[in-house]
Amino acid sequence: MDFSQALVDAVRAAVGVPAAAYALAAVGLNLQFGYTGLLNFGQVGFLLVGAYGTAITADHGLPLPLAFLVGVAAAVVLGLILGLPTLRLRAEYLAIVTISAAEILRLVVRSRPLEGFTGGAFGIREFADAFYNWNPIPSGEYGVGNVTFSDRTLWVMLVGWTLVALTSGLIFLLVRSPWGRVLRGIRDDENATRSFGKNVFAFKLQSLVLGGSIGALAGILLAVDAQFTNADYWQSIFTFFAFTVIIIGGVGRVIGPVVGSMLFWFLLQGADTLLQQALADSFFGSKLGPTEAGPIRFALVGLVLMLLMIFRPQGLFGSRAETLIEEP
Amino acid sequence: MTDVDGEALETSITAETGPAGVTEPILVAEHVRRSFGGLRATDVEHLDVPEGRIIALIGPNGAGKTTLFNVLTGFEHADAGRWTFQGQEIMGHPPHQIAREGMVRTFQLARALARMTVLDNMKLAAANQRGERFFVALVRPIWRAQERQVEARALELLEWLGLAPLRSDYAGTLSGGQRKLLELGRAVMAEPGLLMLDEPTSGVNPALTDTLLERIGALREQGVTVLFVEHDMDVVTRISDGVVCMAQGRVIAKGTPAEVVADPSVVNAYLGTHHGERA
Repeated sequence: MDFSQALVDAVRAAVGVPAAAYALAAVGLNLQFGYTGLLNFGQVGFLLVGAYGTAITADHGLPLPLAFLVGVAAAVVLGLILGLPTLRLRAEYLAIVTISAAEILRLVVRSRPLEGFTGGAFGIREFADAFYNWNPIPSGEYGVGNVTFSDRTLWVMLVGWTLVALTSGLIFLLVRSPWGRVLRGIRDDENATRSFGKNVFAFKLQSLVLGGSIGALAGILLAVDAQFTNADYWQSIFTFFAFTVIIIGGVGRVIGPVVGSMLFWFLLQGADTLLQQALADSFFGSKLGPTEAGPIRFALVGLVLMLLMIFRPQGLFGSRAETLIEEP
Repeated sequence: MTDVDGEALETSITAETGPAGVTEPILVAEHVRRSFGGLRATDVEHLDVPEGRIIALIGPNGAGKTTLFNVLTGFEHADAGRWTFQGQEIMGHPPHQIAREGMVRTFQLARALARMTVLDNMKLAAANQRGERFFVALVRPIWRAQERQVEARALELLEWLGLAPLRSDYAGTLSGGQRKLLELGRAVMAEPGLLMLDEPTSGVNPALTDTLLERIGALREQGVTVLFVEHDMDVVTRISDGVVCMAQGRVIAKGTPAEVVADPSVVNAYLGTHHGERA
């Protein structure tokens, strides 16, 4: 087995565009779940409306910056639609409604009646040419050692990680303010927080909408990177990967989603490369072939997650003391 | 159930009690009803709480005291009734608004914000914080001065409650009694006109109970009115200026602690319930 190749692939994945997008999605989810205690099981729905809002707008010939704004605005609208009726109810209702909404959105955008608009099952392609025309990086390959990227990929990475830095900075400012203190109060006990005169509903709505809008940026980033979006891209499992990312990094920590995403992709890609090699060499005998690598790597990531929960339940950056406090 | 006559019920306890003579009621409630299915949990014809006093709300388990608290503070809907706080009708207002208007309550089971520090618990409760607005929150200079004031006030109160050494601990690590103290401190941070404490001494050891009662007494000196639910008659007689007794959802007696304790309907209510439980 070629460990150096696995390491190169793993490092590439850890700093790649998908890692930046997962980090963004997790930054938003961390605000909702880690700081406010909201169970948004449909974060992928916010990515979907971000991606489709942008793709459809750009596909109709409107300027790309406007398309980006439409994508984020779509997430704000989705947040309001989901939050207004459910955030007055118990936490479980938001969970049910968000996970259903994400599935409904996925089925709606791939439905035949909307084909002219969303491209149906085929999706929308090549809508972000303008973004690549803005690329200021001279063409070529850039990188350190064997870890190299084309100028095109590097440009998307640069924008993606800049967004991660900006949104993380925003969260950093917010959670250290009295506003963030109210969110943490809601997370720990919303009735107590209400009893001090805080409008819990308004804060939860703000958290849901802001977290969802950051999720939309992740969706836009992925769609622009692929120059493509179709319905099957936005499966519910994505939301649970985003939860995995914040649990690895540390729930309720600003840096948690960023490091969590990098580690998630490092492990996933490293395991994938090693498995592909091992399976190609018939390392495990003839029963397992290269096609089995995909499922097995997720099993390995699951194992790592379990070990983390056993030995470091607070994640990499969480506080152990805080994690060990029992729920009332 | 022996019902005391209507005259006695309508008589305000203000006239008979308190060191400083007659005061205006800060809270007046009329015909407050709340049912769960067929059960009338609370059915209070009249209740008034005179300003600047400590009033105890007693009664056997299931008398509807907590339900009355929940209804008056907006945490539960009333089926009927109207009530005013400082002369303003507040029924139908959401709980956070009622708290802002000055009626701040605590809960029977202390609700410590477990994964926040003791100091953050206190600071969170402060009223009218500029930095709680989303866009203002991003610009620290706008709220920094107020934040310092809030922190100073919080530390002062923690000192007063004897919790200052624990200020950096997670509230979830506090003992039951310390949580009750913290809850009192938080409620005071919210600048109440009327403090409504639901069993402030339950689960608190005798030494801490003394501290707690002394602090509650001191609040009265600062002009805060207190209405508290209590089971321990010793506690009631020690700090309250007036007592209201409820049973089966109704107010059955009110007056000074001595009067209420001696009231046959009160004795009956307590003993009656014991019979009921045994049956």
